[in-house]
Amino acid sequence: MTDPLIIAGTTLSSRLFVGTAGYPNQQILLDCLEASGAEIVTVSIRRISLEGYAESLVDLLGGGYRLLPNTAGCATVRDAVLTAELARESLETDWVKLELIGDRETLYPDVEQLVRAAEELVGSGFTVLPYCNEDPVTCQKLADVGCAAVMPLGSLIGSGMGIANPAAIELICSRSSVPVVLDAGIGTASDAALAMELGCDAVLANTAIAKSHDPLRMAAAMRAGVEGGRLARLAGRIPKRRFAEPSSPQLGLVGS
Amino acid sequence: MARLRVNGVEEEITARTVAELLGALGVDPAARFLAVAVNGTVVRRSEWPSRPLSPGDNVEIVRPFSGG
Repeated sequence: MTDPLIIAGTTLSSRLFVGTAGYPNQQILLDCLEASGAEIVTVSIRRISLEGYAESLVDLLGGGYRLLPNTAGCATVRDAVLTAELARESLETDWVKLELIGDRETLYPDVEQLVRAAEELVGSGFTVLPYCNEDPVTCQKLADVGCAAVMPLGSLIGSGMGIANPAAIELICSRSSVPVVLDAGIGTASDAALAMELGCDAVLANTAIAKSHDPLRMAAAMRAGVEGGRLARLAGRIPKRRFAEPSSPQLGLVGS
Repeated sequence: MARLRVNGVEEEITARTVAELLGALGVDPAARFLAVAVNGTVVRRSEWPSRPLSPGDNVEIVRPFSGG
C-alpha cells in the first residue's frame, strides 16, 4: 500500500522525522536512524570550534538521508534568517525547520517574529517548515505566508509530555492547507500513534528516542507507532459510545 | 594585523580575505559543509578568496551539528 507524504512537491517515503541530538554515541545514532526508517533527519547549524573540529556529522550520516537544518535557539528574525541562509550554503538545501524561540525556559515560539521570519525566508526561496504553537490561527498564518508545512508542538521540547492538547492538534489537522508535522513533546510510541490518528501527516521525534533506555528499540517502536497511527487514521476509528454494545451474537445464547 | 570578531570572539589576525582568515585559524577551506557570513551576509565559498575583510568585521564560521 503506497501512502506517500508530499511536502513542497517532494515525495517522502517515511512519515517519521528524526532528530540527531543527544544519542549515547554516534553508532547508536546511526543505528537508530536506520531502525526508524526516517528519510528526513534534522541537524543544527553551529559555530565551529576554533580549537579544532572533529569529523563532520554530515559525513557520518552519509548520503542516505534528506537533511533538514533547523534554526534552533534563534531568538530574533535576523539570527534565524542568517542561520537559514548559512544552512543553505552549508548543506545546499532550501529546506529549513524554522525555530524562533520566544522564551528560553519553555522554548515556546515567538509567533509574531516566527511569521515574519517565515515570510522573509519564503520570499528568499526557502521551503519553510516552522516549529509553531498548537494554535490553528498561527498555523493558518504560517500557511498563508507560504510555509510548506506547519510543525505544531505536542508539548514542550524535550519534555516527553506527549500531546497536551489533542483537540487543538485535531483541529489544526482538519483545517490545514499544508501538511502538519507534530513536533516536540513526543515521549513514547503511543504519542506518535495518537498524533497520526488525530490527522497529522508526520511526526518528528528526537529526545524520546535518544534518551530512551534502549534507543534502538524505541526508534523501531516510533516507526511502528507512526505507521500504526497512520493506518488507523486511514481506516477510521469507530465512534465512541457511552454504553456497551455486545460484539458476540445475541441469538443462540445457551440457556435462552 | 586586523581586529576581527570571529564567532563571537575578538581576534587579532592578519587576514585580507575570508580564505586567508580560515587559513590563519587553521580551518581547512576545502572542508565540506562549512559556511561563512561576514557582517550578517553569507559569503559563498567561491568568493572566499576574493572577499576582503576590514577591521571590525563580524565573521561567523559554521557547520552542521546534531540537532532536533
